[in-house]
Formats: sequence, structure tokens, C-alpha cells
Amino acid sequence: MRKIDYLDQLENEAIHILREVAGQFEKPALLFSGGKDSICLVHLALKAFRPGKFPFPLVHVDTGHNFPEALKYRDDLAARINEKLIVRKVEDTIKAKKLQDAKGKFPSRNALQTYTLLDVIEEFEFDACLGGARRDEEKARAKERIFSVRDEFGQWDPKKQRPELWNIYNGKINKGENVRVFPISNWTELDVWNYIKREKIDLPNIYFTHERDVVVTDNGQLMANSEFLQLDQGDVIIRKKVRYRTVGDMTCTAAIESEAYYIDDIIQEIKEAKISERGATRMDDKISEAAMEDRKKGGYF
Amino acid sequence: MDLLRFFTAGNVDDGKSTLIGRLLYDSNSISTDIIETLTKQSKTTGINTDIDLALLTDGLRAEREQGITIDVAYKYFTTEKRKFIIADTPGHIQYTRNMFTGASNADLAIVLVDSRNGITEQTKRHSIIASILGIPNLVVCINKMDLVNFSEAVYNSIIESFEEFAKPLNLNEISFIPVSALAGDNVVTKSQHTDWYQGKTLLDYLETVQIVNSAKKVDSRFQVQYVIRPQTEDLHDYRGFAGKVITGHYHKGQRVTVLPSGIETTILKIEQNLKELTEAKTDDPVILHLSDDIDVSRGNTIVPIESKPRTEKEIIATICWMDNAAFIPGQKLILQQNSFRTKAVLKDVLNKIDIHSYKAIESDGNIKLNDICQVNIKTAEPVSFDSYSENRSTGSFILINENTNNTIAAGTIH
Repeated sequence: MRKIDYLDQLENEAIHILREVAGQFEKPALLFSGGKDSICLVHLALKAFRPGKFPFPLVHVDTGHNFPEALKYRDDLAARINEKLIVRKVEDTIKAKKLQDAKGKFPSRNALQTYTLLDVIEEFEFDACLGGARRDEEKARAKERIFSVRDEFGQWDPKKQRPELWNIYNGKINKGENVRVFPISNWTELDVWNYIKREKIDLPNIYFTHERDVVVTDNGQLMANSEFLQLDQGDVIIRKKVRYRTVGDMTCTAAIESEAYYIDDIIQEIKEAKISERGATRMDDKISEAAMEDRKKGGYF
Repeated sequence: MDLLRFFTAGNVDDGKSTLIGRLLYDSNSISTDIIETLTKQSKTTGINTDIDLALLTDGLRAEREQGITIDVAYKYFTTEKRKFIIADTPGHIQYTRNMFTGASNADLAIVLVDSRNGITEQTKRHSIIASILGIPNLVVCINKMDLVNFSEAVYNSIIESFEEFAKPLNLNEISFIPVSALAGDNVVTKSQHTDWYQGKTLLDYLETVQIVNSAKKVDSRFQVQYVIRPQTEDLHDYRGFAGKVITGHYHKGQRVTVLPSGIETTILKIEQNLKELTEAKTDDPVILHLSDDIDVSRGNTIVPIESKPRTEKEIIATICWMDNAAFIPGQKLILQQNSFRTKAVLKDVLNKIDIHSYKAIESDGNIKLNDICQVNIKTAEPVSFDSYSENRSTGSFILINENTNNTIAAGTIH
């Protein structure tokens, strides 16, 4: 039997899922964060739909704590591929809904962005939202379906998940519900990097080594110094050669010390890495054993 | 490097999650921060080992609380030779539907047997499901060998009784490996205690096994997922049919039939990623262009004129019922086969499969959660299908409750 390269298999599966979304839903959207996973998703959508236009807009929930490099990349990309980009700001939701803004030394708007996300889904009546989440990231994600039905409050109920068999995706929903769809569920961090290399996908430069002013947290994580941090008197800012393994908010994504400038160096670094992607870089998952499961039940991606 | 998808079946007590944990742990696929968390957890919940490897796969709070696997968990690891996707499925009988789910797109099944207990009802049930779903390869891991002093006699007698039981099943290739998941014997490293075993370790087996397609003949099949019509000035007349080559080959200039309409036409052009191809093969996501301007929409099947699938409004299938609510006669259903959907009703329950003996028993007409039955389904639109034994993709479908939209059954067509 002819062997198909695993990257081709993963790519084929993702394109198949993207086209199912186009075929099954009236108003889908692609949630774009500026991170490598959603950048891959856009690349896959180009392969799925060109020479046609995307059957969905790109939607970005802007927390206000983003890396400026990621925002610039986002705008350049949308312009280059000539697709519609919708941006909604957590800042505006906080004002409109009179929400309590995030506090503390490293104020994370991670929880607040769920409000903005649910609002934008309601505003445009999106019935499906594509996201770049992967099952290898976290153990609650490992249990989530590729088509994940959410109720009208965006909540995930792991006990009520629909069985998902073969390559048959059931996206039928009642009014008010929506489906979160994860076309790269079966990819690992390394698969994503190997794919980026193979496809020569351009990334925001913060993924590669650069010099940056950072603050070292109590548990040794390196946080980019920015206007969003509430530094104490004793905090020392040091300049280090760093890069990011994952790009989220400046306030909750840690950098890693790295000299990796070329993609091959990064792939080697990940192969040798002894710490998982989220473990190395996310402050928000460290809160409790079921942090991600709880956030998903509350409507988070 | 290629990709192998496998699922594991076995009871909690058979050490299934421990085996997966062992595979990941010994192949260096677990990061230190996760091991740290596990060590912490193991101190509170773990059993007689430094790290309770089973905790790796139990991702939901309820699972950790109850110490059982409720839902399918997907795990990934890569060696120099292959990338693996593991569907870790729960063993309890009340989770038969989850096992069906995890097994549906697997190339290989690992069935665990506790060497102290031999073949149990569970073992039979798991093997029968693997057989119904046409899993090409099955490997029986005879586990907890350390608890029977690595006895060759025990191992051989289990093989003998398994082979006897499996005779009527539709299983291609069966292999046996003596292991201890807890201690690691013959999982990744060769055991010091089984000199009498000349075969491969589990990982070695997984890395080298040749996956043979169980189907005897493979006809070319393509289904339309989405019609691409840019309607721009320069692409005014562009109308491409996007979909995946399910099986076989398609080439430019080929005479094809569009089903269910039965209209014949020619493939004018095959596109992939803005490049024109002369030929497309299994799994390629392509855009087909046809030479005639005919009505083709999502869910339509395009096949070579000389190898048409059956196209009928009535099918006979084996289904696994997955809904908590039992079947109600006359219930309005939607049948979905790949991207094709039609209204359907379940007309007759022909018989029920006894999940422990694989025998067809008379049905009283009821279908409940986890039941496996042979049924007769009538559809509003004709379905173009092959039998599941010929084509796992065009021969499979799900049933959706028109009212709740839930997936309530999965079926394989006879």
C-alpha cells in the first residue's frame, strides 16, 4: 500500500474539516489570534478554498494586552490575502458591561475575553467558530470533539458530547447554539512546526530569538516588560535573548531563553524540550488541575 | 514517516491506561512538568507505584474522581519511525458507544487481557466491536505477566482460547504479546523474564506493522463537500466541486457518473492548491471541474462510469445505538454518510447481536443505549453506498435525531 506522509494526512484531514464547515454552516467564522496555530489554519483555508474567497471572516478578540508584533502580523496578513477581518476589543466589553478589569502584577484578561467572544458570536450570529486548538495541549482538550457543540451560553458539557465517528461530522444545531470546530485537533506542537517549515509559512518574529527586557517571576518564568505589568519596587528588569513558544497575552505568556533563529533550530529545541508548551509558557493553566476544563465549561475556546 | 491510528480496549482493571502511560513514558513522550503534576497527583490517588501512569489519560475531573475513563481521550506520540494517534477508549459496557467512536477510524486495535483472568466477556465484546468495524489488525496484549510468574503455559493457553473464540470473527491479523504494563516488560523494552518469547515488543510491533486494507477491491469514490464559485470578474464561470478522493484514482478526461442523478460527464480539470493535476488519488483534497454544466451539489457522489456503487432508498445495516433515549418506532431521523444527508426512518429491527457471543438473537423491536442490531432503514433520497466490508467510508453512516440534533446511532452497511 502506498504510504502517505503524516503531514499530508494531517493537512488533508484539516482541509476536509474546513470544507465541512463551509458546507454545513450558514455563518461560520475563523477565530484568529495571531499565534502560529491560527496562522496555520489560515494557510489551510487558502488551500481549501482558493481560488474562491473564504466562506468566513477572520475574527480577532483583542484583549488589549497583545504583542504589537502579533497585531501587525494580523493586519498585514488580512490585507495580503484580501479577506475580511473583524476585531472586537475586550477593553470595550469591560466599559460596556462595567466589568472588573484584571488585577495583580500580571493582569490576565484571559477570563474576560470569553465575554467579548460570546458577544461577537451573538452580534454576527456566528453558528460555527473555527479555532486552532490542539488536543496535545492540555488534557481537557484531549477529550473534546473536532465539532464541539456549545449551548447558547457557549458552555461545553463534556458529558453530553456527541459521538464523532469515522470522518462524519454532525454540525446540526438548534438556534442560539454554536459549534466550535478544531481542524488541527490531531496535530502536535512539533507537527505544527514541521508544517510551518515545509510550507514556508511566515510567522511573527517573536517566535524567533530576539533581545527583550524581561521580569523574572517567582517561579522563574520570563515575562516581557510592558506597560501592562504592575511591577513592584524590587523587580529587576533584565535583557535576555528569548523567543516565544506560544503567543497569547503579554501578561500571561512567558518567553523562553533561546538562541534559536532558524526554524530547524526551533524544531530541534522542541524535540529536546523537557517541558510542555503550555507548561512552559502559560500562567493561566497553573491555577488548578481542571483550569482548562472549567474555562471551557464557561464558554472559553 | 507515516501515521498509525490505533485504539486500546480493555477494562480499567486490565491496566489499559497504564499501558498507554507506559508507552508514552518509556518512549520519552511526556514532558517533565506533566510528570511533576502526575507525581503530585499520584501521591494522593495513585496505587503502589511512583507515578500512576493511568492518570495521564484521564482528563476530566469526574474521571479522576471516579478513577475510570468515561470518554475517548486522544494521545499522540512520535518515534523515529512513525507518528501515532491513540484513541484511549473506556472499557465498561456502559461505554460501548465511546469504544465504537474511538475504534471507528483506527487502523489497529490493542486488546488487553489480564493474564490471571484469561479471556473475559469484556475481551470478547471488544474484539467483536473491532470485527464489526473492520479494524485490519488486532494485537492482544496479555498483561500482568509479572503476576503469573511470566508463565509461558498461561500465555499459550490464553492464545489458544482467544483463537478459538475469534474464529467466526472478521479479523484479519491477530498478534499476541506478553507484557507487564506496570513494570514495563515487553512494552518498549524487551523483558528479562520472557526468554521463551521470541516476538517483538509492543512498540516495535506498532512501529513496523504493515496496515493492510481489509477491503478486497477498491473502487474510486469522490463526494462533493462544497461548491466553489468565486463569481468574480475574472472567474465569472468558475464552478469547482471541492471534496476528498475517498478511495481510488481520478484523472483528467475520465468519464464519470454523478449520483444520484445518474448523469454522465467528463472530468475537465482537477485542481489542488491552485495547481492543475493530471491525476488525484486516495485522500487528496481536490477541486473537480466537469465538462458539462449539470446540477451537482453537496453530498453528490462522482464515480467512474464503469464502477458505480449501489444507489438505493433502502439499506440494511448493523447499527450501534448511542443515545440515552431508546429508539421510538416511527422516529424521524437524518442519515448522514460523509457529507450526504437525507431524512430516514428505521423500518425494522431484524435482529440483535449478542455482544458476548456474536450470535444474532431475535429482537423484540426495542433498541437501547449500546445495543448493536441489524436494521432496515428507508431513506427519502437515494443513498450511493458500498458495503462496509468493501469501503469503510462509503459504507458507514450516522443517524441524527431530527429533533435534538444529537448523533444517536452509527451504522455499517451490509
